Amino acid sequence: MIKLNINKKSYELDIDPNTPLLWALRDVIGLVGTKYGCGVAQCGACVVHLNGEAVRSCVTKVSRAAGQQVVTIEGLSPNNDHPLQKAWLELDVSQCGYCQAGQIMSAAVLLKENKNPTDKDIDMAMEGNICRCGTYMRIHKAIHLAAKMQSKDSK
Amino acid sequence: MEKAPGKKSFIQHPKLIITTIVVATVIGLSASGLNSENETIVVKHDNISQADSIASVTAFEKVYKVLMSPRCMNCHPAGDIPLQGDDSHLHAMSPVRGHDGKGLYSMKCSNCHQPTNSPGLNTPPGNPKWALPPADMKMVFEGKSARELALQIMDYNKNGHKTRAQLIEHARDTLVKAGWNMGEGRKPPPVPYNEFVAAWDEWINKGGIAPAK
Repeated sequence: MIKLNINKKSYELDIDPNTPLLWALRDVIGLVGTKYGCGVAQCGACVVHLNGEAVRSCVTKVSRAAGQQVVTIEGLSPNNDHPLQKAWLELDVSQCGYCQAGQIMSAAVLLKENKNPTDKDIDMAMEGNICRCGTYMRIHKAIHLAAKMQSKDSK
Repeated sequence: MEKAPGKKSFIQHPKLIITTIVVATVIGLSASGLNSENETIVVKHDNISQADSIASVTAFEKVYKVLMSPRCMNCHPAGDIPLQGDDSHLHAMSPVRGHDGKGLYSMKCSNCHQPTNSPGLNTPPGNPKWALPPADMKMVFEGKSARELALQIMDYNKNGHKTRAQLIEHARDTLVKAGWNMGEGRKPPPVPYNEFVAAWDEWINKGGIAPAK
């Protein structure tokens, strides 16, 4: 049995400890907001937070997550109101949307560690998240907007 | 014989006389020996210099081949982005070093590089210590000549503050060993691990001598 804490809920899963965390989330628990892209940690569609870090769940064994804190896009905020989620909606960032959960989860780590990122900071943080629709410019704008919202909220 | 105008005789230089007496005394004491006649001086094996510049430099030739192979050099790049693959190209998605060598923001090494190798071709190799050297001591291998690299490794202020004993130990580090088990599709260094360790030890124990070039 693997014990997991996902989005502040406890789960016990009877699965092979070598199973990728992504499959535990999607196929066993039913949290399908996190997407499968490449399966080899190259695209970023499967990013979730493991103890606050933006790990790629397609190559992260579920055994690594045992007893740790996992957060998926479904648990990023209580009411889908994280500044990034609000900024994403305001600027209509998504096109097909497939990569966007991973984009937002990566951006959330950036904003947690850098409250006012420059374009260069955003590039450094987001270069591992590929968007086939090419929404990169809107992603940049939305991260800047979310940083402003976050700053306003904290005052 | 007349003295040249303005010159003084030896006796007229009191400072010179005192200095001469002091030097003569020191030389005399040193020659006669300060130890008593019965004292035995023990020369332990450890005290005997093991330096052998030819053997040391010869051993480093093998060490250098390993350190400059992609498995070692890829994480000791000249820039702040690691290298990747057997052709040492810049790492896809341009992860950067960060101050501690473990990446930045959502691009930290361990986000993709797991504690063990991921299965399959083109998947991230893994190790719990996966990282570049830190920003304040980059320990660059890329582009270094054998001489430059040997001097860098033997310099305490450029080698991660490692003593000789710690350097010897470093060759046994799990991250160094991982170079010979880097996942599917990656060539190991050109020298077997055991031969590398023997050459590393030989190079350091014989003096850690840098080659001429």
